[in-house]
Amino acid sequence: MSDIKDATTADTAPTPDDALRMADAAEKKGPVLAADGRPLKQSLNRALRLQKLRALALVAPLLIFVLVTFIAPIADMLFRSVENEIVSETLPKTTAALEDWDAEGDTIPDEAVFEALYDDMFFAQEAKLHSRLGSRLNYEQTGVSSLFRKTGRSVEDMGEVFQDQFEDLDDFWKTGENWTSFMASDEWLADIQAWDADSGDRQPRFELRDGIDDILPATAESYTRFANYVRTEDEDNVYTEDPWAVIYSSFYDDLTRADAAAIAAYSGPAAEQIKSAATAATGFETIDYSEAFLDIDEDWHSIDVWRTIKIYSPKFTNGYFLNAIDMQKSIDGPELRPENERIYGILFWRTMVMSITITLSCILLGYPVAWILANLPARNANLLLILVLLPFWTSLLVRTSAWKVMLQQQGVINDTLVWLGLVATDDRLVLINNQTGTIIAMTHILLPFMILPMYSVMQTIQPTYLRAAKSLGATNWTAFWRVYFPQSIPGIGAGSILVFILAIGYYITPEIVGGTSGTFISNRIAYHISSSLNWGLGAALGAILLAAVLLLYYAYDKIVGIDNVKLG
Amino acid sequence: MADGTNNDAFVEFDRVQKSYDGENLVVKDLNLSMPKGEFLTMLGPSGSGKTTCLMMLAGFETATHGDIRLGGKSINNIPPHKRGIGMVFQNYALFPHMTVAENLSFPLEVRKMGKSTREEKINRALGMVQMNDFAGRRPAQLSGGQQQRIALARALVFEPELVLMDEPLGALDKQLRETLQFEITNLAHDLGITVVYVTHDQTEALTMSDRVAVFEDGRIQQLAPPDELYEAPQNSFVAQFIGENNTLEGVVQEIKNDTALVKLDSGEVIAAKPVNVTKAGERTRVSIRPERVEYNKERMQEGAYTLKAEVLEFIYMGDIFRTRLKVAGKDDFIIKTRNAPDQVRLKPGTQIEIGWLPEDCRALDA
Repeated sequence: MSDIKDATTADTAPTPDDALRMADAAEKKGPVLAADGRPLKQSLNRALRLQKLRALALVAPLLIFVLVTFIAPIADMLFRSVENEIVSETLPKTTAALEDWDAEGDTIPDEAVFEALYDDMFFAQEAKLHSRLGSRLNYEQTGVSSLFRKTGRSVEDMGEVFQDQFEDLDDFWKTGENWTSFMASDEWLADIQAWDADSGDRQPRFELRDGIDDILPATAESYTRFANYVRTEDEDNVYTEDPWAVIYSSFYDDLTRADAAAIAAYSGPAAEQIKSAATAATGFETIDYSEAFLDIDEDWHSIDVWRTIKIYSPKFTNGYFLNAIDMQKSIDGPELRPENERIYGILFWRTMVMSITITLSCILLGYPVAWILANLPARNANLLLILVLLPFWTSLLVRTSAWKVMLQQQGVINDTLVWLGLVATDDRLVLINNQTGTIIAMTHILLPFMILPMYSVMQTIQPTYLRAAKSLGATNWTAFWRVYFPQSIPGIGAGSILVFILAIGYYITPEIVGGTSGTFISNRIAYHISSSLNWGLGAALGAILLAAVLLLYYAYDKIVGIDNVKLG
Repeated sequence: MADGTNNDAFVEFDRVQKSYDGENLVVKDLNLSMPKGEFLTMLGPSGSGKTTCLMMLAGFETATHGDIRLGGKSINNIPPHKRGIGMVFQNYALFPHMTVAENLSFPLEVRKMGKSTREEKINRALGMVQMNDFAGRRPAQLSGGQQQRIALARALVFEPELVLMDEPLGALDKQLRETLQFEITNLAHDLGITVVYVTHDQTEALTMSDRVAVFEDGRIQQLAPPDELYEAPQNSFVAQFIGENNTLEGVVQEIKNDTALVKLDSGEVIAAKPVNVTKAGERTRVSIRPERVEYNKERMQEGAYTLKAEVLEFIYMGDIFRTRLKVAGKDDFIIKTRNAPDQVRLKPGTQIEIGWLPEDCRALDA
């Protein structure tokens, strides 16, 4: 008997790896050449190129669809969780001026910052951006929203003192044409006069006169902002538009601060008027911006408001993420929020624990059903499968509402229990608007997602395995536990991943039956997206949820192995 | 012959019946007894009840009526895991999530054997099938033949006295099947175990078994050693099912001196050995093995009845020649002749005369 050799007794029996090993060995000898002398790999790639292109073309519609409707929105939302450009875009001068301010000290910023704030607020309120910024900063400090709205209403009048004085000095300063005559380049002046507003052509883009921003830098900047706004937002003719009050205050600043020699040397258009204005400006009545803002609202002299603005002036912030984990940005760096303001940690923890509970109850309830399904004759199995799938064909909302009817204190279940005498009528069970309600309803709703993968895996386990185990001396229980159960684990794994990931992001059911104690983090995300409109915080919470799921998936892969997950 | 009441019997089926639906009997009145150490094969076409019998013996099916005894004790009410019967399945049924060693260890673990005992027994069992080097592999990493060896080792590792095999070689190629047939028989004899082997492959049954039970229609048609089964089939089903066979139909004219004269439907008269015909006038099927037919006049015995035949086809098969003839109106009469130097190769169209010894020609039931 021992001299008989076949494939099964050879010392080195062929295994599936052999083919790979042989392929590796062949590769080491140098590239295999095709009949025409080219490397075989190259020839193969060439031969397969058309096929690959065709495959790509078939996949492309879905790929593009997924990219546009799924990946891109997710990326956009993730970006929103750190994006914070609104502060530096709305208050560019202020945030620049604040850079030198010592936020850790206990003095409020100096006059220069308030002056910058006046410029920024003036343009912001013209563009109606100040209230948006107010709401944004209100997430970080309550009261900022009304402060900004109030300031927006009053800031327009603040600089009129300069406008009045310049206009009293010389009527020249009253009209837009006079301003553009020396602010704008000759080329632009020619263009704008040739431009016909009714022609439908776009108004020519405003261009500064060469050298004017050396002599009058603040005026040039303000005037450019004004011109661009008038051109694009108001769609009025920049050439004839009378300047805003903020331009007069910038002009005053330039004239009083500029080098007298530079103005004296100026010889462009309106040189005479500028020179006389410069002389007169030294005697103008002026204003104290800091005091003026204090008059509008005393909060402008509150150091906390300024600290908030300074903390949130960078273009990107981790503030949303800190908020999402119950922390806040302070001037000394991130710190935990006071105990009574922490909610997200509890919500995340509750979401995890309840999702795990729901997954476990789905396994417990689903396993026997899947087992019966897999072992019944086909005809009966199909009927049972329809019963399992029935919930899929009913609206989620209807099912959840049905649970509301079932579970409430005067509902079907409590009534039945009272009727059976198991529960006293004044001691009815609280089954809804709490965690119990969420767990019961979500277990029911997610059960098919557990049963189907388990069923399809169990179908592949042949009954002979159990017979073999029994013939080898195993009791029914041992045969099940040591032979059947290990082979069904891939189904449990697939079902668990499916149910857990669905549960962790579930929204509708907890919203309807969860009350306050049974809601998930997703309900909070929905609140921020649709009610409080704090999209950044919603995005940060979503990003954390996504990261948690990916982390769990990774851990699952390490512990169980994702190859062990089978859907059939 | 089995009569169901043998005192030496190790395995006994006593008037066993089995029905799945309460309308049809799959197994009808089965009586069988096997002594210890016998290699018995249940052979039959699919649906003949042989696998059902095996499953009843293993305990996976219950007998509707009758008694199954093992070692003199009725096992009807003993669950499968307490019967201590080893079993090899057609699709091996090796547990895919366990290594070879773990598969073999399983029956020993459920019998609560110590680690060292287990290792010793596993090594011995793997040695019996020459698979010691594969202890750490998973079943999926083994070829079909290797898996079947492991399945065999697993069925033997807990040293059962009775091993059941349900078409164990059905999924293997011919060469491997022959090797394993040889190994299984040798192992069974060396270990002295009793084997009940189910197959639908008659060659397998003939080469491996001490006795073969031919199943058809829920009954044992004949239970006999392989040579007897081949050479002395008791009825026309067995004659047809085992080996190649020529049948001629006719009516018994007379029976005398242990010879029956049969008048074939085409008019010729031949002599045959009466097996289950008893009187003149009965219809019968006469059965002759192709290799017992002679056409060389010089080799024919004197007084042998001869028939005219026309050669239709000559097939060269290497070791033998297979010739198809038209005899007594039937054109599927086959003869086989050894490829010897002096052998004549018959040409299609040739008219010849064929003959045989009366004892090789058996008159069976119609």
